[in-house]
Amino acid sequence: MKFLTADFGSTYTKLTAIDSSEARIVGTANAFTTIETDIMDGFRAALADLEMKVGKFPYDKLLCCSSAGGGLKMVALGLVPELTSKAAKLAASSAGAKVVKTYAFEISTEEQAEIYNINPDLVLLCGGTDGGNKEVILANARKLCEIQRNFSVIVAGNKSASAELETIFQPSGKDYVITQNVMPVFNKLNIEPAKQCIRELFIKKIIDAKGLSGVQQLSSIEIIPTPLAVMNACELLSKGTSTTPGLNNLLAVDLGGATTDIYSMTDGKPSIDTILMKGLPEPYSKRTVEGDLGMRYSLNSLLDEAGVNVLSQEMGINEEAVEQWIQTCLSNPDIIAYTNNELQIEEGLARKAVELAVERHCGILESTYTPMGEIFSITGKDLTEVPYIIGIGGAIINSINPVKILEGALFNPNKALYMKPKKPKYLIDARYIFASMGLLCRVDSETALRLLKTEIQFAT
Amino acid sequence: METKTIITGVIGADAHAVGNKIIAFALEDAGFKVVNLGVMVSQEEYIDAALETNADAIVVSSLYGHGEIDCNGLRQKCEEAGLKNIPLLVGGNLVVGKQDFAEVEKRFMEMGFTKAYPPGTSLETTIADLKAFTEN
Repeated sequence: MKFLTADFGSTYTKLTAIDSSEARIVGTANAFTTIETDIMDGFRAALADLEMKVGKFPYDKLLCCSSAGGGLKMVALGLVPELTSKAAKLAASSAGAKVVKTYAFEISTEEQAEIYNINPDLVLLCGGTDGGNKEVILANARKLCEIQRNFSVIVAGNKSASAELETIFQPSGKDYVITQNVMPVFNKLNIEPAKQCIRELFIKKIIDAKGLSGVQQLSSIEIIPTPLAVMNACELLSKGTSTTPGLNNLLAVDLGGATTDIYSMTDGKPSIDTILMKGLPEPYSKRTVEGDLGMRYSLNSLLDEAGVNVLSQEMGINEEAVEQWIQTCLSNPDIIAYTNNELQIEEGLARKAVELAVERHCGILESTYTPMGEIFSITGKDLTEVPYIIGIGGAIINSINPVKILEGALFNPNKALYMKPKKPKYLIDARYIFASMGLLCRVDSETALRLLKTEIQFAT
Repeated sequence: METKTIITGVIGADAHAVGNKIIAFALEDAGFKVVNLGVMVSQEEYIDAALETNADAIVVSSLYGHGEIDCNGLRQKCEEAGLKNIPLLVGGNLVVGKQDFAEVEKRFMEMGFTKAYPPGTSLETTIADLKAFTEN
């Protein structure tokens, strides 16, 4: 069977042609995304490019994912920052959303205004274990109804509050759906139902709003958010299929212009028996997305977080040159590094973005002195033994030295509390097929896994 | 009667795990919904758990003699977090050495605890108190 996958990105529409009978990728092509006019213009341009390269490609099925129009923008609300707020963020991120902000406790008037300004596509409202706190989720429901924006709300909090939540949302005119609690019992995650609702709402509401309905009509299966496709590919590569084994534990890094996404596929149990696990148990497949770390649109915040002096020192390039390049990139996001100096700065920035994003993703070790000696505890996933780091995304795969960038994910003895991989091998998604394989695995997982295994390359 | 939720755990850098399990078991057996945070629990963790689960009481254990330092300020933090008047119970080997328990109890009451138990208190006593404290 012949498949064509289309990934409608914020800048490029990327096509991949696959022949599953020969288990090979026939070709890839891309063109600018044309969301302002008709998204199909860009698709047709990319298809023309593809046919120029490989000849006519009569495909049986078209499979699509999209992050066009800023992707799936969400905010998440919970009660306690380390508990239901964190669970809400995890659920939204793993559904492929770009979680712009997470809120805890009853939101303030300022935070209401902030949500108005963010103008999210969807809002995930959580809070309280089942039978636990009701006040906060009810108060936040009322406050969300006051915000004059056209977002849908997914309610995944204390089930004991659902009747009252209905009476708040019903007359408000807000589109809402009530599903199972993301944390039904203390410290137990249940993010699948919320994730499922996010997917359904994406299909029902967002596709139309982002001008993708024309694509949906041509597509054989439902359009999903691109990060979800990438996550599905990571999961497939890690777990394998019922007949073919996967690679087991792995970490994937997707570095883009606006965000840095980290995917970890591992249970993340402590590598040393005596380490105590603390905090919320995290899922095997975990995605985090850092909206303030990217290679173009979010360079300012990357600079703030890292500090120009540190960057300049690590790159061995003077501060003025670094700042100047960042300003150039900000005013002209399409610019490509050309000179040696520019390439070196780009590499340094990319490495820093990866470093910070993985630090936020991984578990953190803490040491406590007790009468019985020093005891270690870990909050989050222990990634020290993870054997593979996979580089995805233009900034990594187009770099001359992708390993240098991915080394940002490496364990650093000077910051030994971050449980980052110690001895990983580096793999590169050189032809940018992860999203495509994530789509293909929904109809032919065996071929998708085979292609992933043959296409990703070791990098040294 | 509505099931009452109790938060329990061993505070501070204390890793005494066995007694903690026995307490959780006994409280559950007595009909409480128990959220057991295990060992080495910080003050913030008790409060976070109590907030999410809308708990009716917090039972703090301390076996290693540093209970007084570990427990100081818990009541104030509860107040700050909006857990008004939540019963705070504490027991175990709260202090080092052979001190007069009346003195120790006084200090814990001044810290805002609802009840402090001397070593060797039976679980029945605590359960009876919890039932009384959590009655509406």
